[in-house]
Amino acid sequence: MFENLSHNALQHYWWGIIALLGALLVFMMFVQGGQSFLLSFARSETEKSMLVNTLGRKWEITFTTLVTFGGAFFASFPLFYSTSFGGAYWVWMAILFSFIIQAISYEFRTKPKNVLGSKTYEVFLFINGILGTVLIGTAVGTFFTGSNFSVDPVTHFSQWEHPAYGLEAIVNFRNVALGLAVFFLARVLGLLYFINTIDDQEITSRSRKNLFINAVPFLVFFLYFLITMLINKGFAYDPANGLVFEMPYKYLHNFLEMPVVGILFLLGVLGVVGGIILGVKKRNRHAFRSAGAGTVLTVFALFLVAGYNNTAFYPSVHDLQSSLTIQNSSSSLYTLKVMSYVSLLVPVVVTYIYFVWRSMNRKQISKEELNEDIHIY
Amino acid sequence: MENIDFSLVDWSRAQFALTAYYHWLFVPLTLGITWIIAIMETIYVRTGNPEWKRTTKFWMILFGINFAISVSTGIIMEFEFGTNWSNYSWFVGDIFGAPLAIEGIMAFFMESVFIAVMFFGWNKVSKRFHLTSTWLVALGSNLSALWILVANGWMQNPVGMFFNPDTARNEMLNFWEVFLNPIAVNKFLHTIFSSYVYAAAFVIGVSSWYLLRKRHILLAKRSSLIASVFGLLGAAATVITGDGSAYQVAQHQPMKLAAMEGLYKGTENAGLVVFCFLKDAENPENQGHKEQIMKIQFPRLLSYLAYRNFNAFVPGIKDLIDGNPEQGIPPVAEKIEKGKRSIHALSTYKREKEAGNISAALEARKIFEENFEYFGYGYFDDDYNHLIPNVPVTFYSFHIMVGLGFLFVLFFLLSLQKVFKNSIGEKRWFLYAGILMIPATFLASQMGWTVAEMGRQPWVIQDIMPTMIAVSQINADAVKLTFTLFALIFSGLAIAEVSIMLKQIKTGPKEEGN
Repeated sequence: MFENLSHNALQHYWWGIIALLGALLVFMMFVQGGQSFLLSFARSETEKSMLVNTLGRKWEITFTTLVTFGGAFFASFPLFYSTSFGGAYWVWMAILFSFIIQAISYEFRTKPKNVLGSKTYEVFLFINGILGTVLIGTAVGTFFTGSNFSVDPVTHFSQWEHPAYGLEAIVNFRNVALGLAVFFLARVLGLLYFINTIDDQEITSRSRKNLFINAVPFLVFFLYFLITMLINKGFAYDPANGLVFEMPYKYLHNFLEMPVVGILFLLGVLGVVGGIILGVKKRNRHAFRSAGAGTVLTVFALFLVAGYNNTAFYPSVHDLQSSLTIQNSSSSLYTLKVMSYVSLLVPVVVTYIYFVWRSMNRKQISKEELNEDIHIY
Repeated sequence: MENIDFSLVDWSRAQFALTAYYHWLFVPLTLGITWIIAIMETIYVRTGNPEWKRTTKFWMILFGINFAISVSTGIIMEFEFGTNWSNYSWFVGDIFGAPLAIEGIMAFFMESVFIAVMFFGWNKVSKRFHLTSTWLVALGSNLSALWILVANGWMQNPVGMFFNPDTARNEMLNFWEVFLNPIAVNKFLHTIFSSYVYAAAFVIGVSSWYLLRKRHILLAKRSSLIASVFGLLGAAATVITGDGSAYQVAQHQPMKLAAMEGLYKGTENAGLVVFCFLKDAENPENQGHKEQIMKIQFPRLLSYLAYRNFNAFVPGIKDLIDGNPEQGIPPVAEKIEKGKRSIHALSTYKREKEAGNISAALEARKIFEENFEYFGYGYFDDDYNHLIPNVPVTFYSFHIMVGLGFLFVLFFLLSLQKVFKNSIGEKRWFLYAGILMIPATFLASQMGWTVAEMGRQPWVIQDIMPTMIAVSQINADAVKLTFTLFALIFSGLAIAEVSIMLKQIKTGPKEEGN
């Protein structure tokens, strides 16, 4: 099936898989968005328990998506894995620390003798809700603005060329704007998820009020990032010799030259905005589905714009020729073929996630359920 | 070697070791107890007896507490290959990345999706759906171990690959060779079976405590029955696969075997050390070596275990360093020379190719390929001590692990006998022994990883990439700081985990059996 595909075709196929995993990860960050409300939203311990328990039944999927996203990057574009993780050390470490403290917080929060107290674990979830989203968004922002690294042309060993080891990304407001857009989008999705899965009038009406308050900054930061991305120069390369150069309006060109990607992007944005409007106007279970599907399409299209059409997806502003492209950073033809067969498992995984999700979410969480003899976070 | 920042290398190693040790505190329990829970739930579904449901749910609570912290320590390990070993990530990413990605797609999703059904689905899905989910969680966690051990096995015995001088990295040539690498297969089996022993000991230990306190007697006896059978099978399989692992080490990592046995001077008819102490050699000729004192050994057994021949020659550390022409073992000086030639030829090849001098480039490539077998040795200088692993740590870890391994077989045999005679709660000494088995299995498991990882130093990829070259080029202070943060966070979380676990055990299962 993949035997006759060229290296170039498989590089594009794998960038598509990375884009899909990245898109699913951002969608699944509704868990982090929901966590960012834990310290302010609930007015009683029961309400807080309902929030934690509805999110807690999905946190492992978000976590797994993040790990698989990293693993897929490692397998398909190892030079990105070695350059970014080994160089932007502090950014990735901060992200990882926030996920370490998340993983235990759900399970430990209400258990007796948990040493640190329930409040501490709620603060951990809150920290993960903020850092996880803002920093991942900021890191992805550098795909469009560039980073400070060099790659040795003989050994291909990379070296970060800024003493802040990746934290310098926050000085560029375009990166931060994407980080904040992801943060507020995650909060919007989190609120829509509350509306969908919690059987409580109070929580639903408060979620709808908060929806508008969070949707406005999301749109502001997202539009700022989008407009500056479209009007600024981008990073292109010549596929014949691999030379990287700066090109005005590169990402705008990409949308125009790849109309299908442009249409996916527009559909995605419409889905997100439509979901927000549905959620603000009335309690509507389709709102989460619309905003969720819209998020997947939007992020998927953004990743494709970053890597397709002869674009350097991880540009170096220190040494332009060290920039990473899907051509110069990928695994070998053989490995990409092997991994492509493995990727056929993705639809299987998505199918069983769908069925399990549907079975588990058929009934909304209620105060009564929390008193039943079940596993409670 | 003068360009190597050894402080950075040491701190990076320390950080990875810290993460791995903490991760491995919790993972073996997950690998084994999920099967035990699945067996218990199967009995519940088949018999409809609510007591079995109560028993299943009790162990599930303990599993949940353990699972959370094993996940939290696990995420760091995957990303540390990039954050702290970035040169490694490029050098072998074409091969090493694949099992990690497969692990995510094939194992982690299965585990994480069905674990939600396992914990929260009792009243939401049918009994059979729930039971299937429990089995899938067990399968997912073990599949995860399979892929990470395929990756680790490849580091110890790099097969199914070639070095591409154009990309300056190792590339996969045959996926099935990587997957069916004999070291990986043995390592996987040895690791999961030893984890089953760990989990069985945990279940018996907790049950023994209940029997000592005369609480939850039925739960404790039933749990002991399943854990005894599971543990005995696991312990026997651990011994058998341990033999297979040692045989593979002898074939592919002779220096590691020599360190495991504290063997400096090679010999035919080599005996297997059962017990001894190591002390610094007094003979000035053997400066830096260790001597074995108070030694008890099985004659000729090491030769047999290593080469399936009681008369075989087993090389010692000295033979591997100085060479042994009689046995056809080249000295490391020769390997270093060839390695340096290979590294130099690679640079020449790249330079000549860039300049368009094709014939010179091809000549350099030929020299490179002729000497590639010892590529990694080219990074070392004349101080051959850098090529010897830490012998006392490897030796003692190995012998503690093996000794405890045989103890576990005896313990589970005895336990099974007592269960079948319905006398498991009668002898208090045996119940105390049951509790002590928990730290003993934990210790054996940690020692096993110490042998595997300390014993293979100085290599991160056997003979191809030394650990010192694999490290990310970042500031050592940054790694010191993250090491400290990890140590604080993991220690805090481990204390919380143990505290919660002890409280849950003290509380016991819920009384109502709905």
